[in-house]
Amino acid sequence: MSFLKKWKEKFTSKEKQEEVSGKYKEGLSKTRKSFSEKINDLVARYRKVDEEFFEDLEEILISADVGVSTVMELIEELEMEVKRRNIKDTSEVKQVISEKLVEIYQGDDDGDENISLNIQADELTVILFVGVNGVGKTTTIGKLAHQLKSEGKEVLLTAGDTFRAGAIEQLNEWGKRVGVDVIKHSEGSDPAAVIYDGIRAAKSRNVDVLLCDTAGRLQNKVNLMNELAKVKRVIEREIPNAPHEVLLVLDATTGQNALSQAKTFAQATDVSGIVLTKLDGTAKGGIVLAIRNELGIPVKLVGLGEKVTDLEPFDAHAFVYGLFADILEEE
Amino acid sequence: MAFEGLADRLQSTIQKIKGKGKVTEQDVKEMTREVRLALLEADVNFKVVKDFVKKIKERAVGQEVMESLTPGQQVIKVVKEELTALMGGDESKIAVADRPPTVIMMVGLQGAGKTTTSGKLANLLRKKYNRKPLLVAADVYRPAAIDQLETLGKQLNMPVYSEGTEANPVDIANKAVKYAKQEHLDYVLIDTAGRLHVDNDLMDELIQIKNNVNPDEIFLVVDSMTGQDAVNVAESFNEQLDVTGVVLTKLDGDTRGGAALSIKAVTDKPIKFTGMGEKLDQLEVFHPERMASRILGMGDVLSLIEKAQENVDEKRAKELEEKMRSASFTFDDFLEQMDQVKNMGPLDELMDMIPGANKMKGLKNVDFDEKQIAHVEAIIQSMTAKERQDPSLMNASRKKRIAKGSGRSVSEVNRLLKQFDEMKKMMKQMTNMQQGKKGKKNKKMKGFNFPFM
Ligand SMILES: Nc1nc2c(ncn2[C@@H]2O[C@H](COP(=O)(O)OP(=O)(O)O)[C@@H](O)[C@H]2O)c(=O)[nH]1
Ligand SMILES: Nc1nc2c(ncn2[C@@H]2O[C@H](COP(=O)(O)OP(=O)(O)O)[C@@H](O)[C@H]2O)c(=O)[nH]1
Ligand SMILES: [Mg+2]
Ligand SMILES: [Mg+2]
Repeated sequence: MSFLKKWKEKFTSKEKQEEVSGKYKEGLSKTRKSFSEKINDLVARYRKVDEEFFEDLEEILISADVGVSTVMELIEELEMEVKRRNIKDTSEVKQVISEKLVEIYQGDDDGDENISLNIQADELTVILFVGVNGVGKTTTIGKLAHQLKSEGKEVLLTAGDTFRAGAIEQLNEWGKRVGVDVIKHSEGSDPAAVIYDGIRAAKSRNVDVLLCDTAGRLQNKVNLMNELAKVKRVIEREIPNAPHEVLLVLDATTGQNALSQAKTFAQATDVSGIVLTKLDGTAKGGIVLAIRNELGIPVKLVGLGEKVTDLEPFDAHAFVYGLFADILEEE
Repeated sequence: MAFEGLADRLQSTIQKIKGKGKVTEQDVKEMTREVRLALLEADVNFKVVKDFVKKIKERAVGQEVMESLTPGQQVIKVVKEELTALMGGDESKIAVADRPPTVIMMVGLQGAGKTTTSGKLANLLRKKYNRKPLLVAADVYRPAAIDQLETLGKQLNMPVYSEGTEANPVDIANKAVKYAKQEHLDYVLIDTAGRLHVDNDLMDELIQIKNNVNPDEIFLVVDSMTGQDAVNVAESFNEQLDVTGVVLTKLDGDTRGGAALSIKAVTDKPIKFTGMGEKLDQLEVFHPERMASRILGMGDVLSLIEKAQENVDEKRAKELEEKMRSASFTFDDFLEQMDQVKNMGPLDELMDMIPGANKMKGLKNVDFDEKQIAHVEAIIQSMTAKERQDPSLMNASRKKRIAKGSGRSVSEVNRLLKQFDEMKKMMKQMTNMQQGKKGKKNKKMKGFNFPFM
């Protein structure tokens, strides 16, 4: 029996209805503490750590967009470790595997990292949203505005996407929906100028958090990346230590290109965190592991739908678990 | 970017086996391993890769590769042939209904580019086919989606049918078709809301629209940056709607776009167009061959390899390469070389295909004008056999004689001699590079092997 089947069996038991409901969302809170246990149980269910096992593991991770090099590295390390320790006993194997699996998302540091947003206590917080086209920047701003507002914060939005048809109206619509004001210029105007106005307005109105939308741009467009760097400089100039967060929005459906997005956007704007959207679909967004590994940028928020409430803090345990969940159900 | 890819890595694999004189099955295995990695890195779905690599292996252990003098290039060629075949032919045709209007539905995930592509298609239909399209705003869910389409309509000066966000998308579609008939508009482009393929309610809405308006085309719009999930999305949309074609967007980015292969493999529906930017004229016909090269990460180098292989006698090419290396390259060789190169097609076109070639020092001094080449031939043909073998014999009286014999001026003869000398130096440089000197600049040139250079 293959590794997958065994794993699947494990989860299709009574546990499945409760925990592997297929929805990452439910998984988010429920699977947290038992993740390591599950890996352990799982590993205990196969007898041999053979080639087939490693192949299965490789496929699971690749199909979750974790990325070939990250996966190869992991598998290699696993194989080496198993050899090095001359492991025969299954209980020892499970030790190694759970160690490594946890390592791929946590790195070497053990503790959970702080993924909360850097919101200032008594002064204006500016958050800049960046990313390629259609990933969910505007939508995330709407959702985050709602969340912050319900925490009692005074929120203001700035329509920095002056390029895409209907982008200003879209943000404006979100503003209405959530009940916060939107600073906007007309289509085609200079994005840096709108952001500047946004900051001025935020200061004079004593706003707590200013959320700045920008136009989507592919990272290989040098001019557009320069434009974005300029927007950031305007913010820096107006407020010391701002922007307090630069959030790169990534679509979970994206494959290996997301790594290139993260690299280039980080260079241009010093990205402080990632919002991983569209995790309500069947894509797993595994590429954020490579991004975390290579660039050290943490995922802070996840988008789980188009509704105003579909935004959650990132849960690394649940996320890694989610990488495997669907396959368990398919088998 | 163009050179960091399969070509590069295969080259290093080949470097390892070069001394062995023969390619073994193990070598092929190593090479196909590289192919597998390249495809996975390009986001081709792992199941699709599996099948594909199996096919490649079968062909690669066959004679055509094993007995080739350039097995690495042969492997690439085989891979590309199979890839291109898998992706199908150029198919940019759009259906025309027997009785107008022709109805086209745009479907896909959120943010894929449906609305933008609707605008682009409408633009194309009017510009290229002289049609009168109607854009239909059937996305009532995404905030300001209707504004977006209406703005595009304004930019294009084209009618947009909308009923606001309260209406039902099925009704909107129905009424839009009626409206088009009444207004004698001959294409109806229905821009639907983005939705997840697993969202049953919303997928059902699309099925209802389909059943109501009987579209002539259903285009699945897919973001070319999509990863492994592309198969699930494409398979599911296709199963539920039986799409007629695919549009791949955002190919102006730097993604390899392996999703294209996955989608084609699971749906067997033609990829018809590619989105190459945000502007409304940035829609292009899909070229399977280019896509294959892109997925492998090799720019147009592949077509160059192909051309070279079709027209250059491999064995002779090897000998010439050897000569270049040892600097015993003569005017006779040069003549022969020019012949082979000429068979490959217009020279400037060939040069264009070599990324970075225009930046190479020395290359810009070499004249690739076709007329010029005829002159060069005439000059060389006026040389004696000895002169051709040993240009150092040249003196003023010989040059005068050659100029007279070829009907060119002495200064032209001088220029050719100088160019030949430069070219020899350059060849040496380049063959040295190929031998694997690492370095920033050299790296660019790794991976090809062209005797005419
Ligand atoms: N299913 C789903 N759709 C989303 C999510 N976030 C955004 N979207 C949709 O993705 C599309 C593009 O979002 P938008 O905010 O306009 O992207 P932007 O171009 O980056 O500003 C819209 O149709 C959104 O409704 C999410 O978390 N899940
Ligand atoms: N660079 C680039 N951007 C594109 C292309 N097609 C669409 N977009 C952008 O992708 C985003 C989403 O497009 P949209 O048409 O709204 O997607 P929809 O949600 O599927 O209707 C917008 O910012 C578009 O400008 C393309 O081919 N290239
Ligand atoms: Mg936006
Ligand atoms: Mg749309």
